[in-house]
Amino acid sequence: MASIEVDGKNYETDEEGYLVNLSDWNKEIADYIAKTESIEMSDQHWEVINFLREYFDEYQIAPAVRVLTKAIGKKLGAEKGNSEYLYGLFPYGPGKQACKIAGLPKPTGCV
Amino acid sequence: MLHIVNKSPLTSTTLESCLNTAAGGDLLLIEDAVYAATTGSAFEGKLKAAMGRLKVHVLMPDLEARGLADRMIEGITPVDYAGFVGLTVANKNCQSWL
Amino acid sequence: MSDVKKFMFVNRKAPYGTIYALESLEVVLITAAFDQDVSLAFMDDGVYQLKKGQQTKGIETKNFSPTYRALEDYDVEKLYVEKEAMEARGLSEEDFIVDVTVLSRAEMGAMMDEQDVVLSF
Repeated sequence: MASIEVDGKNYETDEEGYLVNLSDWNKEIADYIAKTESIEMSDQHWEVINFLREYFDEYQIAPAVRVLTKAIGKKLGAEKGNSEYLYGLFPYGPGKQACKIAGLPKPTGCV
Repeated sequence: MLHIVNKSPLTSTTLESCLNTAAGGDLLLIEDAVYAATTGSAFEGKLKAAMGRLKVHVLMPDLEARGLADRMIEGITPVDYAGFVGLTVANKNCQSWL
Repeated sequence: MSDVKKFMFVNRKAPYGTIYALESLEVVLITAAFDQDVSLAFMDDGVYQLKKGQQTKGIETKNFSPTYRALEDYDVEKLYVEKEAMEARGLSEEDFIVDVTVLSRAEMGAMMDEQDVVLSF
């Protein structure tokens, strides 16, 4: 099993770097994973991460990109609920990359 | 004797065979068999009829998982995992119906 | 754009006792990405999948019932429940975690006939 080390503690991840135990997640781990993805976390990034975690808490799944985009638009406004904005924040895919930083599994149906 | 059943009574004939066979003793419903312990189910009459001969127990974590803890038929004994172990110890033999 | 096909997922197993219910749900979520006409049928013990109030902490298994509420976000809005199966289990529409359309067996059969693809779980 792969793992990452943050603040002297080891956390189990899968081969692609997704946290194995959802309950391990904290902001420091999020910052660490973001760095490995070459992402500098801003308030806009956190807004999406927090949204994903709330979505997971409510529905027990990480939403597909299309669903995430629509749901963000509904909650945070149309200027944020579009691919251009979300890919601007997470260039390798808002689903894949943001879920990894949020400590969630890869969205169902994402390969 | 302890009889353990884990199949839903409306999908499989396992529980019915068990009830037709068991002369007495304890019956423990686990996994999908816990649906037999709920009120309003089409199997309710058959289970109640057997409750005179058999002492019926239901594994509560399985009933709670299925959202039916508030619909347990009166007279059934709820057990936790420790209670499950207790039943296997208290009986001289047991059958897990497949 | 290719033709839209009618897909029906037929769910006949109770949750947790076997893996079918969860597997079906995951396939439905994947299929939803392909913009097809997706409907879900809940028959026999499958109607138990939608029961409100599931608490799986005690069996250390993921409670996937909240995910049925996300189907709407995936544009999966056709959920059919077999009336006879629901009643045989002492359940009514108010017991379900999502809004459903209740169909008699005969109506369910007719609905199946209309499909291009039926997947059974």
